[in-house]
Amino acid sequence: MVKKIIREFSVSYQQVMDEHGNVDSALMPKLSKQQIKQMYKTMVLVRAFDNKAFSLQRQGRIGTYLQVKGQEAAQVGSALALEDKDWVFPMYRSSGALIARKQPIPAVLLYWGGDERGLKSPLEVNNFPIAIPVGTQSLHAVGAAWASKIKGEKTVSLVYLGDGATSKEDCLSSMNFAGVFQTPTIFLVENNQYAISVPRNAQTRAETIAQRSLAFGFEGIQVDGNDIFGVYKATKDAIEKARKGLGPTLIECFTYRLADHSTSDDAKRYRAEQEVAEWLKKDPLERLEKYMRAQGILDDAYKEKALAGAKEKVEKGVEEYENTPPPDPADMFRYMFKEMPPSLKEQYESFLESRKK
Amino acid sequence: MEKINIVQSVNLALRQEMRKDKNVIILGEDVGVNGGVFRATDGLIKEFGANRVIDTPLSELGIIGAAVGMAVNGLKPVAEIQFSGFLYAGFDQIFSHAARIRSRSRGRFTCPLVIRSPAGGGIKALELHCEHGEAIFAHIPGLKVVIPSTPYDTKGLLASAIRDPDPVIFLEPTRIYRAIKEEVPEEDYTVPLGKARIAQEGTDVTLITWGALVKYSLDAVKTIQDTISVEVIDLRTIYPFDVTAILESVKKTGRAVIVHEAPKTGGFAAEIIATINEKALEHLEAPVVRVTGYDTCLPFARTEKEFIPDEQRIVAGIKKVLSY
Repeated sequence: MVKKIIREFSVSYQQVMDEHGNVDSALMPKLSKQQIKQMYKTMVLVRAFDNKAFSLQRQGRIGTYLQVKGQEAAQVGSALALEDKDWVFPMYRSSGALIARKQPIPAVLLYWGGDERGLKSPLEVNNFPIAIPVGTQSLHAVGAAWASKIKGEKTVSLVYLGDGATSKEDCLSSMNFAGVFQTPTIFLVENNQYAISVPRNAQTRAETIAQRSLAFGFEGIQVDGNDIFGVYKATKDAIEKARKGLGPTLIECFTYRLADHSTSDDAKRYRAEQEVAEWLKKDPLERLEKYMRAQGILDDAYKEKALAGAKEKVEKGVEEYENTPPPDPADMFRYMFKEMPPSLKEQYESFLESRKK
Repeated sequence: MEKINIVQSVNLALRQEMRKDKNVIILGEDVGVNGGVFRATDGLIKEFGANRVIDTPLSELGIIGAAVGMAVNGLKPVAEIQFSGFLYAGFDQIFSHAARIRSRSRGRFTCPLVIRSPAGGGIKALELHCEHGEAIFAHIPGLKVVIPSTPYDTKGLLASAIRDPDPVIFLEPTRIYRAIKEEVPEEDYTVPLGKARIAQEGTDVTLITWGALVKYSLDAVKTIQDTISVEVIDLRTIYPFDVTAILESVKKTGRAVIVHEAPKTGGFAAEIIATINEKALEHLEAPVVRVTGYDTCLPFARTEKEFIPDEQRIVAGIKKVLSY
């Protein structure tokens, strides 16, 4: 008889830049000043967009919206690590990632304004439509990555998930498939501490989300999700590994949802304001700014210019969104199949007829 | 020409489509080395390798969801779900994603996916191995639903399904997997989706059915052929279904019986009857009769034959519509 330890596991935590903007030079990924400025400008743009979208909802100019606020580093840092031809499988809180991935601002607004055309990815990027059912997109990411592998292409896929989504069977099944078939998939979990009202520790007994990958035979890492350099580095490393054929990675971005769950939610019902105040001190955008200021990459003039530039882009996007002619209602028939079956065609024609009157 | 059965015809269609198009791949439980529990994929792994005939972990949700991602990224996956009762584990992926991708991405992404599954009872199998859910899938906009009933049609319909640019649910009649043998040409041919087949011409009454019940309806009709001339329509595709063929026949006979295995309420017969009423009511000599399963759980093996329409119930249905 014997009883012995046959496997031991560990989970790493990575932070490249602390709350004060100090960077660990040994961990700092290779980034030009230009790239850092690009990161900053994108985060500023996402923040400006997010604030604007919130007020548009309050004014009835778009429908329900889910804010990114607080998670900009996790989204922008990961999105900017990818190539255009890589695949991204976003969820409803991924506006920041989508904007970083060249989804035009008017398109993002069109979706939240109730228009399918907003989900159409520009041809040069593979941005899958936002998933609404929570976690279902994780399997698509694995399938798409698997297809790339079978076709001998080097593209990878990255899926955006929340902490709550990791409880969904689609997500667990997708991690199992990714492990078994070593698909080039990156599971980017934005652990923002809440699934609507349910706190992270009620979602799973596991102490980290990162360790869930271990059960499926691949690596998971927890990173400071408010540290854009840390997120970028972890994503770059995972992408490089995936392109080499070395399989999937789970990246848990430890972050916080500074806003309500959605424009219909009131987070005061389930979390303390003190907690939010603590996390405000870790604001990912301010952190990058501190770093850039210390490095002499940013000064007040540069910041003003960046803010004004973002505001202008957002306002222009809103204008374009609001000036977009309404969708042709008959489009609902046109995209069901490549060719309309006769019974659908009949309904389509009767619809056109009914609209003439 | 060699005579083969429906399972062999599935196998032949898969083999030929995989030879034609390197993007066609198979995934499912036990489809590789084992060749599928019904042997539909027998030997394919030998010819095409484990990268194209993939034994997956045991998760129908995983199979269907991953297949959606594969289809979106350029492959043409043919997913096998071992038994029809297990399709529902992947229902969310079919309903929320496979069927909707073309529409919600405004044509940027498409999902040329085939989900094959044996369907139907009468094989004394375990519970949830025998369901007939065609009406459930036909009700989901964006899906096509196909059910072959002969070896010849199986090859042609499966080829069409695989080449189709949109998702297709392909339900195979388990009960007659090996019951019918016929000559199936090696040559490339397709049977178009959405076109019914006149399985037998007749003048007194139209019988519309699909899947395994085509064979059993033809057997039933034979017992009364001296007195009643029945036209038997094998629908072949449930969505989109062949309205023209049904109307032509009903206008000729003035009477119709619809036979299916699925429960009566909300069954696909109801849709066919509504269509006949909309377009050919004045040609009807009698209300259309339904011979179907009941609104009950499909009973286990010892009682299932009481549930599935049999010769006696089919003949009674025909006599009922004639005696109106």
